[in-house]
Amino acid sequence: MNTPTSALTVEHVTHAYGARVALDDVSFSVAPGSFTVLLGLNGAGKSTLFSVITHLYAPKAGVVRIFGHDVARQSGAALARLGVVFQSRTLDPDLTVEQNLAYHGALQGMRRGERRERQKLLLERVGLADRVRDRARHLSGGQMRRVEIARALLHEPKLILLDEPTAGLDIQARADILAVVRDLARDDGVGVLWTTHLVDEIRSHDHVVVLHKGKLRADATSGEIIASAGASSIGEAFTRLTGARAPAEESDA
Amino acid sequence: MSAIDDAPRPFGPARLWICLNGIIWRESLRFLHQRERFISALVRPLVWLFIFAAGFRQTLGVSIIPPYDTYVLYEVYITPGLMAMIQLFNGMQSSLSMVYDREMGSMRMLLVSPAPRWFLLTSKLIAGVAVSILQVYAFLAIAYFWDIEPPNWWNYLSVLPALMLSGLMMGAFGMLLSSLIKQLENFAGVMNFVIFPMFFASSALYPLWRVQQGSPWLALVCQANPFTYAVELTRFAFYGQIEPISLAVVLGCTIVFLASAIWAYDPGRGLLMRRGG
Repeated sequence: MNTPTSALTVEHVTHAYGARVALDDVSFSVAPGSFTVLLGLNGAGKSTLFSVITHLYAPKAGVVRIFGHDVARQSGAALARLGVVFQSRTLDPDLTVEQNLAYHGALQGMRRGERRERQKLLLERVGLADRVRDRARHLSGGQMRRVEIARALLHEPKLILLDEPTAGLDIQARADILAVVRDLARDDGVGVLWTTHLVDEIRSHDHVVVLHKGKLRADATSGEIIASAGASSIGEAFTRLTGARAPAEESDA
Repeated sequence: MSAIDDAPRPFGPARLWICLNGIIWRESLRFLHQRERFISALVRPLVWLFIFAAGFRQTLGVSIIPPYDTYVLYEVYITPGLMAMIQLFNGMQSSLSMVYDREMGSMRMLLVSPAPRWFLLTSKLIAGVAVSILQVYAFLAIAYFWDIEPPNWWNYLSVLPALMLSGLMMGAFGMLLSSLIKQLENFAGVMNFVIFPMFFASSALYPLWRVQQGSPWLALVCQANPFTYAVELTRFAFYGQIEPISLAVVLGCTIVFLASAIWAYDPGRGLLMRRGG
């Protein structure tokens, strides 16, 4: 059995909006079961990269593969293996948690019985099994995020993308979500690409990809990046690599 | 790299069917939750029928023109136009919801489904049409008590295919617009520059021969307006007849609008990407 070694590979991806280059020859990969952090300030190109990986639009150059499937050419096969948590809230506030999940299950072509089984398991996992009949608008920001994570995992993807999932959440909710997602990578072998601008979410053994002004500035474990930059923390290393102020220092949300 | 992982099943017809049903189900649920939208969708044509038409019936006489075989009241004349208006508003409203959805991220949710993109967009369109047909029948139910009814009961059914087709045309047009609108605010402009001209420069409120008398130039505009043909298709179908020219125009426009919308949402050409983000 020839199994691809990467959950996600981004190969020489370049994209521009008119004259403004948003991504400039970006390459990196996410291993199955790894927790990879995509670190960059606002405007670094993270959102563009996210749109390219989720096939919202095709890059000007380069290829994105999900478990070996080219997102542009074999988008069905690629997207079936991908779970996504978008930065903006995408639960329908008027619908219940169950209805929101049912919609997503249908979009993935899941039968009701199969979906219910997965849903039960996942909602227990994110600690919201008792909220299944509540309308989404009655959940807190952190709870909504956790439902979105459960939803992204409904069709059992082996790669999950999260775009600034902790933005706007309090410290406790952030920690809860981070813990849930780290468990996914460790216990279930799900490859995680976690987009953030907050360095305090990074641990020393995490794989970190630093993106700055559309260019890849680092691609190694956090510890290696700190060492090679001769810094004492990932925040300091980030500053040295990019010349920009370390992002977490300005945000303790 | 040939990838053999624990492959998800391919997206066959059974799963596409589940997907389509899910999209229609969600659209209907959303519609039911938005009572204001339902009520305003119903009130708008009723205002035209009860107030506008009642006021104009004295000033506007409609002579005998097909499909009518007798003199009809002005209310009777504008009813098919109002049915088409419901669908026009609904099509544009779905397009508003697509712009809104896209900004809220749920359009992106839809588009990360592994089903083919043309299928997702068409399903979304069909869901919108289903909602618009519900609105039309609710309107007809109230109009019935105002003594506005087709010649035979089965005309309520004969009009259904016309409603489906004209709903698809308007929905596809709205979808095409939604791919061109850059920001949500611009939708107010769509109302002023698209919906009102389409509605007024058509045969919805007055027969074309009357327009011709008043302004030959305007009559030409009406004849070039696809909405006119949706109105006429609906009008004839409501009387159990098929108007071949209208059918051909509506069918042709539906195909062109839908193909363009799918083209516009194609990730490779991506009008979406102009927007950034």
